[in-house]
Amino acid sequence: MKKINTFAVGQELLFSGTIYTARDQAHKRLAEAIKKRSRLPFELKNSIIYYCGPTKTPKDKGKVIGSCGPTTSSRMDEFTPLLLKHGLRGMIGKGSRSPEVRDAIKKYKGIYFLTYAGCGALLSKYIKSAKTVAYGDLGPEAILKLEVKDFPLIVAIDAFGGSIYGEA
Amino acid sequence: MRKINAVKIKDAITQLCFEANFFLRQDVLIALRHAFKTESKRGAKKILKAILDNAAYAKKEKLAICQDTGMGLVFVEIGQEVNIAGDLKAAINKGVEEGYKKYSLRNSIIRDPLSRGESLFSPCIIHTDIVKGDKIKLTFLAKGFGCENKSQLKMFKPTAKIEEIKKFVVETVCNAGPDACPPYIVGVGIGATADYSGVLAKKALLRKISSKSSKLEQDLLKQINKSKIGPMGLGGVNTALAVHVQAYPTHIAGLPVSVNISCHALRSASVIL
Repeated sequence: MKKINTFAVGQELLFSGTIYTARDQAHKRLAEAIKKRSRLPFELKNSIIYYCGPTKTPKDKGKVIGSCGPTTSSRMDEFTPLLLKHGLRGMIGKGSRSPEVRDAIKKYKGIYFLTYAGCGALLSKYIKSAKTVAYGDLGPEAILKLEVKDFPLIVAIDAFGGSIYGEA
Repeated sequence: MRKINAVKIKDAITQLCFEANFFLRQDVLIALRHAFKTESKRGAKKILKAILDNAAYAKKEKLAICQDTGMGLVFVEIGQEVNIAGDLKAAINKGVEEGYKKYSLRNSIIRDPLSRGESLFSPCIIHTDIVKGDKIKLTFLAKGFGCENKSQLKMFKPTAKIEEIKKFVVETVCNAGPDACPPYIVGVGIGATADYSGVLAKKALLRKISSKSSKLEQDLLKQINKSKIGPMGLGGVNTALAVHVQAYPTHIAGLPVSVNISCHALRSASVIL
């Protein structure tokens, strides 16, 4: 993700590397931890967060995760500028973002991606490993560290604040 | 009286949880394939292809169609000549819990909406109707909350024009925009009371998608698709696959209208015992 500044809205890419799942309650806790200056459960600097809460992992052999598509990104909007300020680089989710998030993406040179919404079964193919790193008590809202290969992304808000949905 | 054991109901619900979450409804698949054909934009076509591939992959690999396996809703039509041996509500909730555990679905339910806390598999929402006959019809709907969050209720004046109602429905869908996994299936409940219009809108989603739609439904679908929100909100002619309206008598002083949106992964299954 070193070339973030070169990505433009609408561009499709396949990402391989590490991403962390975090959704509503995990965001609330991360924001509280930042405010209290506590240690975060993973290195936020240059990280990518995936708004996702997978199903239970099927018991059959070879499956490392269950269905794992994106959840609605806008629910995380109130926490996102703070996370970007503290080093978060990219986000993966579905749907639109608030003007505040778009401004923060521009300011901190971040990026927001979409991935195929409502296609959680298909997306599980691109996940090679999954490990709980924090907030296990939150069940499906725990933070997982995922190693992904060729995970399909579409640039939705680029580092210049341009949006795929055409908002100014 | 025909006797039906609650255990049989529990087992049937477990099976319906499996069917609904792993096999996309045939009518939804047909509508999605039709949408794929009617899109000319490359982006929209690509997304619809991913949606269709996802349904096929879910079926083959026994993976849930969507990770949001919803809050379960169970619609029960109980024949008045049926005698249920056992606790019906407990059997339904147990059936959902067993189904969701057995098939590794998601524990998205929290007991207290304010203090939140541990994620569980149940309870589900149960709607019962007493009908004629000696059978029980069970319908399970897995309703994800990305789309449930976009629901709306408006209490219109009884003198409201049909255009005002149409505008409200179309605006509700446009406000959902790209967030709730379009192309949508839109349920509309008209009439009854505030609470029951919501149930009607939800029940409208259970109706099979077909070409047999009313003039009002066709008008609404056309207007919604004019928005060009399209699959995943990236543009296209398929913002909704269908609009289903369900009406019920109401009071002289009112005209409640509820809108309940379903994402493209409309997951339900039925059985008659």
